[in-house]
Amino acid sequence: MLETFNSLLLGFSVALQPQILMYAFIGCLIGTLVGMLPGVGPLAGISMLLPATFGLNPIVAIVLLSGVYYGAMYGGSTTSILIRLPGEAASVMTCIDGYAMTQQGRAGPALAIAAIGSFVAGTLGVLGLMLLAPTLATFALRFGPPEYTALLLMGLLVLAYMTGGSIPKTLAMAGFGLMLGMIGIDAMSGYTRFSFEVIELADGIGIVPVAVGLFGISEILLTASQHSLKLPKNPSLRELMPSRTELKQSIGPIARGSAVGFLIGIIPGSAHIISSFISYGIERRISKTPERFGNGAIEGVAGPESANNAAATGAFIPMMALGIPTSPVTAVMIAAIMVHGIAPGPMLIAQQPELFWGFVASMYVGNVVLLILNLPMVGLFVSLLRIPYAYLYPCILAFCILGCYSVSNSVVDVWIMLAMGGVGYVLRKFGFDLAPVALGLVLAPMLELSLRQSLAMSAGSYAIFIERPIAVVMLGLGALMLLISLKPLLFKSQKKDWRSTVGLDEPS
Amino acid sequence: MTESPAPPAKRQLRSDQISGLMLAALALYVWWMNRAYPIGTLAEPGPGYVPLLLAIFMGAMGLLVVLGGGKSQPLAAMEWSEAKRAVALLVACGVAAYALERLGYRITMAALLIFFLGVMERRKPMMVAGVGIGFSVVTYYLFATLLRVPLPVSPWGV
Repeated sequence: MLETFNSLLLGFSVALQPQILMYAFIGCLIGTLVGMLPGVGPLAGISMLLPATFGLNPIVAIVLLSGVYYGAMYGGSTTSILIRLPGEAASVMTCIDGYAMTQQGRAGPALAIAAIGSFVAGTLGVLGLMLLAPTLATFALRFGPPEYTALLLMGLLVLAYMTGGSIPKTLAMAGFGLMLGMIGIDAMSGYTRFSFEVIELADGIGIVPVAVGLFGISEILLTASQHSLKLPKNPSLRELMPSRTELKQSIGPIARGSAVGFLIGIIPGSAHIISSFISYGIERRISKTPERFGNGAIEGVAGPESANNAAATGAFIPMMALGIPTSPVTAVMIAAIMVHGIAPGPMLIAQQPELFWGFVASMYVGNVVLLILNLPMVGLFVSLLRIPYAYLYPCILAFCILGCYSVSNSVVDVWIMLAMGGVGYVLRKFGFDLAPVALGLVLAPMLELSLRQSLAMSAGSYAIFIERPIAVVMLGLGALMLLISLKPLLFKSQKKDWRSTVGLDEPS
Repeated sequence: MTESPAPPAKRQLRSDQISGLMLAALALYVWWMNRAYPIGTLAEPGPGYVPLLLAIFMGAMGLLVVLGGGKSQPLAAMEWSEAKRAVALLVACGVAAYALERLGYRITMAALLIFFLGVMERRKPMMVAGVGIGFSVVTYYLFATLLRVPLPVSPWGV
């Protein structure tokens, strides 16, 4: 414990440097704006900013990008509450009761509770990160290729289970992502695969063009014909104060949302999106007055907002401790620190204590910055939405092109982004979830390498996965999730499973 | 008075059936392409081993989507009202990608924004010119000059 405290002090000595503070502030500010703009989620925002971090030192780069990430988590809630427009997918659940509160003239308390919930959840999440990541990193030193294979497969199966939609469709999308990850030079044999004689494809397809295309471009293609938005009156600072009853009603949902979000965040998948859905479902389920949900229940804002922020923090644990990105966002962040020659993984915390603990401390600082930034400046942020969408989307498209081109100064990346935009548009029209594609792409090289190494270790026997205790537990959990998911397909039961009752089915 | 029986519903293609078939076709294509790479043995899997597993997996998932797609939305009922606009946006971005290293960042971006705002959105010419040129100049200054991200320049130095 004393060691953790000393390490945290080291972290604060890094995070409180004026330069780091400034970048945390810039990150939170950009993130909030990014979260508010429809079509530019945290992933597209971080991807576009990635090239700008190449010239910075790694601590500054990761502080800036993580500021964008959790800033976007908060920014998305502002538009959800005020105009029923979720800037990013995790804020969909906030729309329901947040917007109902706005219509009742209670936009101020809804925004304040969203900010307080985000702050509390973010801070608790950082505490968890601080305590869990070093322990997990020590434990991960026992991991060999079979354990990594099992962990990655479990992540994909959990994702399929959690999304709550069609399991074959979700798994097919994960498979599609894994296939995209096969493009390029095979690390074990040196063969160049599926490159169509395009030299740039020998390095494989990067996460940035795929993510920006699938999430940013496809969103714009779907919404480009919409016009300007009807904005409510900006709430004044006095109107932001929630009443004592509202605060009391929010304590439980914030605590539960923080715990649920953090735990889900650790598991690979679109944690921040899923966690907000589950938190909303739990609050509705345990409420003595569930009929208030959908009609302006403050618990419906407090729970999901806390959950998505806690999940955003939880996602950093496997990234820092295992070097495994659990979401496309953390994959881009790993790319940002790898550019500086630092490999995330179990040895990172021991070898780069300034980076890890500086990052942890900067998250405390970032949470305070967000709280200070967001409440007084909410009016200013909302004014941005007065820009007609006809002007906004061309600029977002131009930013997407700029961001993708500048990652490796290659037009091929822009072509990939546009192709993925078109593919994403069609897939969304057909009701496919795109998150597994990005996750599959990110996990593909690691999964292939660890699977082939495992088979080589066991002279070709798949039994290695059931002979090693850690691997068999992880595979067992994944298989259990898959079986539960397949139950409705195999037995046409009228009874809905828990995922639909907590709102994991398509939100209305 | 008895009601006349409803005419038998026409067999309509469903959205999930089409998308499942597309996935299966993609899996077949990957399998076909993968023939060029050695599969290896179980003890020593080659570069074609995992892509083959994935092609089989995707094909199976595609078929499951087809089989479970009987109750999905009929293909004819799908709404494609924004498709023309989406194609126009993609084509314009494609032209911009082609021009980027030939005409340079500033000219390409200004032309792209002028096309979007002037031709597609029919905004006032002054605003169109202001946003188009302003955006390209400001972002070039921000990224290329301040953040030192190398952006392409036209043969005329612009």
